[in-house]
Amino acid sequence: MSDEKPAETPGPKPAADAAKPAAAPQPTAPAAKPAAAPAPKPPAPADATDHPLVAALAAAVAGAVAKATTFVGELTVEVAPEKLVETCRYMKETQRFDYLVDLTAVDWKDRAPRFDVVYWLHSFPKKSERVRLKAKVADGAACPSVSGVWLTANWMEREVFDLFGIAFDGHPDLRRILTWDGFNGHPLRKEFPVEGIDTGAAIYPDRYPEGGGPSSGDSNRKVVS
Amino acid sequence: MSETPRNVPPGTAAQVVESAQAPLLGVHEMELNFGPQHPSTHGVLRIVLRVDGERIVSARPDIGYLHRGTEKLFETETYPMVIPHTDRMDYVAAATNNHAYCLVVEKLLGIEIPKRAQYIRVLLDELQRLSSHLLWLGSCTMDLGAITPFFYVFREREVILDLFEDYCGARLTLNCMRIGGLPVDLPAGWTQKVHDFIEPFVQRVDEYEDLLSENRIFKDRTVGIGVLPLDRCIEWGVTGPAIRGAGLAWDLRRAIPYECYPELQFDIPVGKNADTYDRYLVRLAEMRQSRRIVQQCLAWLDQNPGAEIRGKVPRVIKPPAGEAYAAVEAPKGELGFYLVSNGSNKPYRLRVRPPSFINLQALPEMATGHLVSDLVAVIGTIDIVLGEVDR
Repeated sequence: MSDEKPAETPGPKPAADAAKPAAAPQPTAPAAKPAAAPAPKPPAPADATDHPLVAALAAAVAGAVAKATTFVGELTVEVAPEKLVETCRYMKETQRFDYLVDLTAVDWKDRAPRFDVVYWLHSFPKKSERVRLKAKVADGAACPSVSGVWLTANWMEREVFDLFGIAFDGHPDLRRILTWDGFNGHPLRKEFPVEGIDTGAAIYPDRYPEGGGPSSGDSNRKVVS
Repeated sequence: MSETPRNVPPGTAAQVVESAQAPLLGVHEMELNFGPQHPSTHGVLRIVLRVDGERIVSARPDIGYLHRGTEKLFETETYPMVIPHTDRMDYVAAATNNHAYCLVVEKLLGIEIPKRAQYIRVLLDELQRLSSHLLWLGSCTMDLGAITPFFYVFREREVILDLFEDYCGARLTLNCMRIGGLPVDLPAGWTQKVHDFIEPFVQRVDEYEDLLSENRIFKDRTVGIGVLPLDRCIEWGVTGPAIRGAGLAWDLRRAIPYECYPELQFDIPVGKNADTYDRYLVRLAEMRQSRRIVQQCLAWLDQNPGAEIRGKVPRVIKPPAGEAYAAVEAPKGELGFYLVSNGSNKPYRLRVRPPSFINLQALPEMATGHLVSDLVAVIGTIDIVLGEVDR
């Protein structure tokens, strides 16, 4: 991978500069007119398809980049889910984004591909440049796993699987991690009640059916806590 | 001892993987539950160990005993109401949690906070780092059989907690920052108290070093134990003292600076052997650096008395729709918040990037091949807080 590196990084310098002002990108609006108004100039996402990193990615992995924006100094690249692993591998090996900071998901309940799976990448060689990748995943569809690219994705993907119910294709050990194995439901989905559900299933297997809980129809233990 | 998931539909990828895993025990092997009620797991962490005699063949951490659905709760609270919840994640370092959360909201709102508030925030952060490292030093060394440092560090930590109490009324769950600044200015005479504490503090650190750094038993227990080289640290996403102990001078306070850190003088201590002992050395050196930062903050605050501690914050906090990520260098590593706003007064999604959770993931690799008693040392120097691991 090291020999193709110089060819693939046409402009690491401007890229690093673009990520730099992340700390305080907005010069505060000086005039606070009515007290209720939020920041008078709401920051708007700007198109970033001509960003050198995005251009390099689009050239290297055909059909990977669906959309690229910058917002409050952060670069977000929307990636086609089927190109995800290829993109991540390219980002890690060629563009040197060797550290996966975070992997999480967002539930957009009423949108057509329901979930955003979000990757937040960091590059040590490129002076702490960071980029966010995003893949849209439909409810019930599996997202390709990147745990083969970064080991740290292992638990993060398990957490997303546990809390959102997004399966990761190719994950070596896809089990629940924060809730217990008999838990029924995915707490961070928007329809999951905040007050919790009755999940006696794993503790009283004789009383609740396998994977039971609220579907058991036992109405006198509806809500825990 | 099987851990078959009961709720996985038959035939799914998860079930296939599960049944393919967990090979049979070898003839000499034994499976051992370490925790969840073990004193040296610092909370409710369960590790399923596979041991051959005393030697660890594999280790599988099992977490989630303290899961309280904090990220779900965030979505039901207005932006200012989220702050007390952040206290309860890494409950021995509440100030840095508050700080990271406030940073991300301020980033989305585009608020710049006054200089004085920045210095006070950094001052609180560094005191918090000291108290967190002190607690780590006490508990980690006590796990290794050295009980004296525990009493020493609690002497100093008590003073720090008293200082926090003087400032905001709380000792642990501080709730000491607000979006756009701080709740109150420093009370009269507070900086003098901090000064009185921090000046002789360096002698306290010398004391700890006298007790431990060249202590033969301590070195026998820590040198060469739990080695995680730099490339593996990066691969596992391990941050904080662990990555610095592996030799990379990477600290968010310098790498992606926030608040007034660019104006402050401090060094980033690094180790080179990436073992338990180096992580210990790095933390002790960090305490000295924190002391330097506190001194500089005190000097600045004394020279610049002023009352402005809050930026121009709208009365109702409704960040524009969009997303942002902000992180601070917490005592345990990179603590980040990823905020998705839909323009309402509550976060649509607020994700915490918990350093303890991600650092803990590297535990099996660090512990495999060592003795069970070394596992205690490894857990100790990863410095996890289960409130943050499980959230």
